[in-house]
Amino acid sequence: MNLPDRRRSRARGLAPYLLSLPAGTWLLVLFIVPLFIMLSITLKTCSPASGACVMTWQWGELPHVVNQYRAQFVTSLVFAALATVIDLVISFPIAYWIAFYGGRRKNFFLIMLLVPFFVSFIIRTLVWEFILSNNGVVLTFLKGHHLMPSSFHVLGTGLAVVAGLAYNYLPFTALPLYVALERIDRRVLNAAYDLYANRRVAFMRVILPLTIPGIFAAFLLTFIPAFGDYVNQEILGGTANTMIGTVIQNLFLIDSDYAGGASLSAVLLAVSLVGIWLYAKLLGSRTIQDYL
Amino acid sequence: MSAQVTTSVATEPERLRRRPRHLGRFVLPTYSWLVIAYLVFPIVVMIVYSFNRVTSGLQLVSFAWNGFTFQWYREWSNIPGLTSAFWLSIRLALVSTVIATVLGTMLAIALVRYRGKRFRGRTGFEQILFLNIAAPEIVMGASLLGLFVTFNVTRGFFTLVLAHVMFSIAYVTVTVRARLSGFDVALDEAAYDLGATPWGTFRLVTLPLILPGVLAGALMAFALSIDDFVTSNFVSGTSAPFPVWVYGASRVGTPPQVFVFGTVIFTLGIVFALSSLVVSKKKV
Repeated sequence: MNLPDRRRSRARGLAPYLLSLPAGTWLLVLFIVPLFIMLSITLKTCSPASGACVMTWQWGELPHVVNQYRAQFVTSLVFAALATVIDLVISFPIAYWIAFYGGRRKNFFLIMLLVPFFVSFIIRTLVWEFILSNNGVVLTFLKGHHLMPSSFHVLGTGLAVVAGLAYNYLPFTALPLYVALERIDRRVLNAAYDLYANRRVAFMRVILPLTIPGIFAAFLLTFIPAFGDYVNQEILGGTANTMIGTVIQNLFLIDSDYAGGASLSAVLLAVSLVGIWLYAKLLGSRTIQDYL
Repeated sequence: MSAQVTTSVATEPERLRRRPRHLGRFVLPTYSWLVIAYLVFPIVVMIVYSFNRVTSGLQLVSFAWNGFTFQWYREWSNIPGLTSAFWLSIRLALVSTVIATVLGTMLAIALVRYRGKRFRGRTGFEQILFLNIAAPEIVMGASLLGLFVTFNVTRGFFTLVLAHVMFSIAYVTVTVRARLSGFDVALDEAAYDLGATPWGTFRLVTLPLILPGVLAGALMAFALSIDDFVTSNFVSGTSAPFPVWVYGASRVGTPPQVFVFGTVIFTLGIVFALSSLVVSKKKV
């Protein structure tokens, strides 16, 4: 090996570190460090009067705050779980259809699945407020045809929040399912038919087991953001059924109670990490990246 | 004789394979189009209401249909707060897209090309990227606010750029990486062997090949930035981007111009997406 060669190889040895340095620094300073700052705030004790916080190395706020907002945690959990299950049920058949029967129009249908993303999240939710309102398109129609008692209303109830969450996060469920179904080797499926599996058996014993990592990924990618969501609740749910995201946002931006807000955020983060950890434990961490 | 036996055995699974057809031909397509209709429905409502006349004195979107008008398209810029929030969002999206695309592409190249002992810490990066995408946005927004408050950083355009680049990098990296993994490293090696500098190799060999992935990543970053509400709401201070302004206004009443902006952005986005589909089909 002559000299320029060696110099070049040393430069190329450094290459991965130089290439990842800027993005790594950005993520370290603005993603990882803030998470630790937030965790450190949960270890502080703040005086409600002055708002000043002192590091006491105790989880002083944490159990107190979690207890105080237990109802909101439960509401978030139930709403997010309902929305996720609804999304899985709605999107599995369409993901299946695009993956197996989409043919040359696959990309077109995928864009159709992503259509909601071409409208701002806030505007989408505002439009649902319109649609579900008492004078809105849906209720006026149903009540006009006496399909519903005139006192019936959706806006301001949990139903509206779950409907909004389910609509807004549907593409997050459908895409991982599509990726999982698309990846199934058609030869495996044909082998099952060749071995006299009927359609139901082939589905239950070949397609479904091979889709499980995708279903889990879809669950995480829908449930975690829905669990922390507060826009749907604030716009569609009115003052009832407060979700934990609303509480966190109010504590930070209105009450300036950073210790309380940070403690609740830490719990929210912990819930997401447990989900991701379970996935890695059960299905291996390598496959999880395939669904991003 | 033996050939005949083989065919009769083969036709049996053939027949079974044909059975799901009615499902694929009728039930599933009907169902899928219904789901698509459900996804499109609110967008149609938005477009229709952007043409709705307003009868009350306050110029706010009303639930009732009062007749067709182009008024809100003519007066699209009549609400100074909305217009400036929109241009702020555009500037923000452009700046953060450029930064996030450059940083994310560099990281993607490092992650795909260098494995094992050549890149220690690669697994750590992968995990940070996944955590970044999977973490609830409110946690990221709240913790960023904690950072800015702790270090007394004034919130505004600068902190918005910091935040938007932060949540876009991972998406760019993932998109570019997907394109890169089907890429033959031997092409780079060939360029090196022919005496190309690392920069020359990148500019003339690597970049043209991964350009579709980079553009897809940039598009993703732009879309994420222009649509972001949760994080922006925490770090924007007094300079509210489009979604934050719209949210704030909607608590009082939504001006019809919001739906005009929504309709125009939607139309541009869908035209762009469908035309890129047509272009990519022609290339293949």
